Amino acid sequence: MTGVHVTTSINGDPVEYVCPADESLLDVLRDRVGLTGVKEGCGTGDCGACSITLDGTLVCSCLVLGAEAEGRKITTIEGMADGENLHPLQRQFIDNAALQCGICTPGFLIAGKALLDDNLDPTVEEIRYALAGNLCRCTGYDKIVRAVQAAAKDLRRQKK
Amino acid sequence: MRYESPTTTREAVTLLSKEKGKAYVLAGGTDLLVRLRMDMIDPDLMVDIKRIPAMNEIKKTATGFKIGAAVSGKQLGANKALVKAWPGVVEATNLIGSDQVQGRCTMVGNLCNASPAADSVPAMIAAGAKAVIVGKTKRRTVAVENIVTGPGQTSLAKGEVVEAVTLPKRPAKSGDAYLRFIPRTEMDIAVVGVAVSLTCKRGVIDSARVALGAVAPTPLLVKEAAAAIIGTKLDDEALDNLAAACSAACNPIDDKRGTIEYRVRVAGVLAKRAANIAFERAGGKK
Repeated sequence: MTGVHVTTSINGDPVEYVCPADESLLDVLRDRVGLTGVKEGCGTGDCGACSITLDGTLVCSCLVLGAEAEGRKITTIEGMADGENLHPLQRQFIDNAALQCGICTPGFLIAGKALLDDNLDPTVEEIRYALAGNLCRCTGYDKIVRAVQAAAKDLRRQKK
Repeated sequence: MRYESPTTTREAVTLLSKEKGKAYVLAGGTDLLVRLRMDMIDPDLMVDIKRIPAMNEIKKTATGFKIGAAVSGKQLGANKALVKAWPGVVEATNLIGSDQVQGRCTMVGNLCNASPAADSVPAMIAAGAKAVIVGKTKRRTVAVENIVTGPGQTSLAKGEVVEAVTLPKRPAKSGDAYLRFIPRTEMDIAVVGVAVSLTCKRGVIDSARVALGAVAPTPLLVKEAAAAIIGTKLDDEALDNLAAACSAACNPIDDKRGTIEYRVRVAGVLAKRAANIAFERAGGKK
């Protein structure tokens, strides 16, 4: 197994690592870089717990090779809050109790933010479609949808 | 396993041709990396094509569109000219998986993965799409319906890479549509998929292509189904003939997603609905 040397950017910081060619970006982030906010649910792209953005595009990090990240820009849940200040979506997840066990939460936040970056006034249907790639076995989704709606409202107000 | 990310198609072909072990092309990875993770494959080499500029473009050409093999579903959906000309092809590709999957999955990957239930493939076949294949010694252009030869099997030779797919230029009064049946509303694999592409002249269907997915070992181009609607205004009789031709062409499996009887019947029902949408998009009036 040949190691691949990768130089990339994670949450704005330059990062270098060496990983086996077949190692997923998910494993790299968790085990080599120490960013354990990204979770492994299924490992096959069905559950969305490992969601990140790669050059601004929402993807499952379990379906990306660590080697592919060379020169790309990655954002993970660790880059969402601004220091101690939570992103409005994070704040609304807490206020709306949109989480229970919490394993799916980082993925939902990343996917929810990706939606809100494109659309500050999504309908419930748009929210449900946008989050269809994220599975939650605790909440029943309603509270998550409400948190996204509330965060959208906050962001619209901030923008004014 | 070795990982290579060449920046030209030529380099990719050389790497794949020279490899003595098992070599795979990595496009979006939404099928390939799942198989890797599940130990269904044991690659010696993976050639990532996403750094090849020509494979990342959607080009409007004199003869239509050329869509690079690494273009994601998300990029496809964001291209307004393409959505306008070929809404059915874009819809079919955008049905694949979640937003996360759309950020990575590609039409050419969907084609080369060669699943009988691939959503974009019937839409491409109905559209008359062609695959631009680059090999060690020659380039060739092959109709998409001649690529998939069986579940997981293609007509590509060792070292050959699909660089792009082309979609023909659209005459006025044309429309296409793709519909699939799944037991849920999202995130599932087609039980039946039907694509219809047609062009009208003076209100009558002048040419058409109909393709089916998930009802045979390969996606099917059904000429009898197209013949059933050509020369008509898609009246009820034409639609019934279309449905009968589609059902007759089915050779499906019986599995947990749908029985043989069910798939055969649904193919006809979906064909009618897809034809109605394509006809309406072509400006057709009944």
